Amino acid sequence: MKTLNFRVILFVFALIFGVVFSIPSLTQSESGKKITLGLDLQGGLHMLLGIKSDVAIESRTKSIAASIKYLFDDEEIIFDDLRMVDGKKVTFELLDQDDVAKAKALLKKEIEGTVLSENGLKFTLQMTPEEIERTKQNAIKQAVDTIRNRLNEFGLAEPTVAKQGEDKILVEVPGIKTQEDEQRIRELIARAAHLQLMAVDEERAARVMTMNENEAKSYGDVILSDVNTNERYLLRQIPVLDGSMLTDAKVGFDQNNQPVINFTLNGQGAKIFGDFTAKAVGKRMAVVLDNKVYSAPVIRERIGGGHVQISGNFRLEEAHDLAIALRSGALLAPVYVMEKRSVGPSLGADSIKASSMALALGFILVVLFMVLYYGMAGVIADVALVGNLFLILAIMSLFGATLTLPGMAGIVLTVGMAVDANVIINERIRELLHQGKSVAKSIEDGYSNAFTAIWDANVTTLIAATVLYAYGTGPIKGFALTMSIGILASMLTAIVGTHGFYQWLLPKIDKKKLGFWFGIKAEGAK
Amino acid sequence: MEVFKYKKPLSLMSQSKRFGLLSVVVLILSLGLIFTKGFNYGIDFAGGTLVQVKYEGKAPIDKVREAISKDTNYEGASVTYFGSDDEIVIRTKMSSKALGEDIGDKMRKLLAGTGEFKVRRVDMVGAKVGSELREKGLMAMVLAIIGILIYVSFRFEWRFAVASVMALLHDVTIAMGAVVLFSIEVNLDTLAALLTILGYSLNDTIIVFDRIREGIKTIKDPDLGTIIDESVTRTLSRTTLTSLTTFFVVLTLFLFGGEIIKGFSFTLLVGVIVGTYSSIFVASPILMWLGFSVSDFREKEAEKLKREKEKEKMRAMYEQGTL
Repeated sequence: MKTLNFRVILFVFALIFGVVFSIPSLTQSESGKKITLGLDLQGGLHMLLGIKSDVAIESRTKSIAASIKYLFDDEEIIFDDLRMVDGKKVTFELLDQDDVAKAKALLKKEIEGTVLSENGLKFTLQMTPEEIERTKQNAIKQAVDTIRNRLNEFGLAEPTVAKQGEDKILVEVPGIKTQEDEQRIRELIARAAHLQLMAVDEERAARVMTMNENEAKSYGDVILSDVNTNERYLLRQIPVLDGSMLTDAKVGFDQNNQPVINFTLNGQGAKIFGDFTAKAVGKRMAVVLDNKVYSAPVIRERIGGGHVQISGNFRLEEAHDLAIALRSGALLAPVYVMEKRSVGPSLGADSIKASSMALALGFILVVLFMVLYYGMAGVIADVALVGNLFLILAIMSLFGATLTLPGMAGIVLTVGMAVDANVIINERIRELLHQGKSVAKSIEDGYSNAFTAIWDANVTTLIAATVLYAYGTGPIKGFALTMSIGILASMLTAIVGTHGFYQWLLPKIDKKKLGFWFGIKAEGAK
Repeated sequence: MEVFKYKKPLSLMSQSKRFGLLSVVVLILSLGLIFTKGFNYGIDFAGGTLVQVKYEGKAPIDKVREAISKDTNYEGASVTYFGSDDEIVIRTKMSSKALGEDIGDKMRKLLAGTGEFKVRRVDMVGAKVGSELREKGLMAMVLAIIGILIYVSFRFEWRFAVASVMALLHDVTIAMGAVVLFSIEVNLDTLAALLTILGYSLNDTIIVFDRIREGIKTIKDPDLGTIIDESVTRTLSRTTLTSLTTFFVVLTLFLFGGEIIKGFSFTLLVGVIVGTYSSIFVASPILMWLGFSVSDFREKEAEKLKREKEKEKMRAMYEQGTL
């Protein structure tokens, strides 16, 4: 018997490689790289979110206004009529000509990315186009980070949060068990968690019930309502400080054993808060979350240390989620759903069952057919087919690829098409045998004759699969991926591998038993 | 076992007008269906929401319809059985942007009291995403075809490329016609199926063309019809066998693969049949009608060979230092 040739060795290596690396996926063991099941198979939530970046620009403008107020107060520059216009400009008026140079220098130094224009003592501060673009990009990046933090803290396995395209966010959360949990997660993601501490406009507060939005605006105020009751509050539009200066938020309990959220401010926040409360003793300060007033206690004395509490008739679960949202920071801009797909775990399990069944059945059909039709040549093709399947699984495992339902279909289809190469080769060999060529010659020429056809056909299919991968989304990508891997793997198993087997077995192939070896009558032997 | 034993070439080309006529008729019918009845776009492309609900026991479909009709927002919502009679699918054109409470949640509330049920799937696609997906899908199709045209022109000749793409369009169009005829919902996976047909039909055609290319070089007869007849007959066994195995595999997928991929596997099933037919009866005649000339091709091949030989000769001379 001839010694093993390199083709067989290559195939055996590929097979061992395939089996070894597909074991973690097949047994779903803890260690080792394995195939992740797509959300359609294991159940979970897939969302494509859009972002309202205008709001990010507006809130950046607002924080610029807050900075101006803080800086001018700090430097004792007298100003008036500080307000936001169109959500993207800040206007103010200086009262003393002598302050102009100082104020300009201060703004230039402290507030980046803005242009100041003046008209007498009236000034307008506006963001540059680059700054606006940067703010937009920042809002997306920040939203991605924030949502990721929130989901990680929620404690679910391996959520994916990624920027997609220019301005979209992809969120994938596997392993959600119930609809209620899914709703909680959606609410957690959507939560702006925009915390503001705002001064009540005590001068005009008495008139709040009769005041409309526009009138409030003309005073530089806003009207916000209580989270639980219909009570309205007239608040200074520019907040004392906001959640960006928050360092921690925890669930606690008040004296009535009601859940509350305790949060801590950073050094700067604590100082601003301390200074403000010192000046505003006897006045009220509102704790505002996502434009709802949670409480508006009267300030009795200066509050140092930077500890603040939010109470608001929370359920414990709600307080817990809110604390997560506050800790991971506010969303600079609200997000909205562009696409959402959620699959329950039981449906995923059904899909796996159904497609595995189809895969097994299809596989058995093809294997049996090949043996029936081609005899030993069919067995060889089947061995290659098994090798092919393992290789697909192994390669997908190594890449940590995601197996989706269409991906399963892709594998099923690959089984059908992978034997194609062997059908072409076997037909060629048979043809040559019928012409009376020797077995060795028939095999060698059969392979070389079949090669161009297999090559061209596979390359064209690969072209289609690549385009599918590049332009497809989600499940389609999975389908294209398994198809492509299947085609490439079949080049190795179905062409190189089987060729090796023939070369290895050649001395044993009896010319009188062509029926057994190739499934044809041994007429070539005459 | 041997079913297709080569004895003598079938006379396919002499019948090519009949097959051509058949194809043209089916094509016109398909196009007619596509343009009159039109695609039944699913939510992937049209936008909207799909809610899949499984009941314990038989789904009370009339009660469900009644419950949903209470909310005027869901006018025109369709409720259908899905796979079995304990599972239903509700489709509506509505989609919501809010994260907090979506249509799935609202449906759950509306359906409360219709029985014991579980919401198993909620898919929602905004209108904007839908049109984006549609554009991308079309783009994928066009790009794939261009890629194939270039590759086949490079490996064969431009007429082969045009003929294979025409056969491919023939297959995809007829498959689309079938999709319209049977009111299969057109979603991303239906698109994937159409693109797979594109790859599959091509695969089949290329293998036949490869044989023709070989036949041009080996068969003495200069008549293209004879060469095609001979070549197609030679590959007939392969074409049929591969199509059969693929067909059976797709059939198991269709029968046992679950309701969700029914549309996908049905489309493929049609594609496999049409793809096989076209690679035998459509692609090659187109080659003939395009005026492919065997002698020209042979001349060009011979010239190519000559050029290569000359190049080699030059190189040899160069290496020997005589040039």
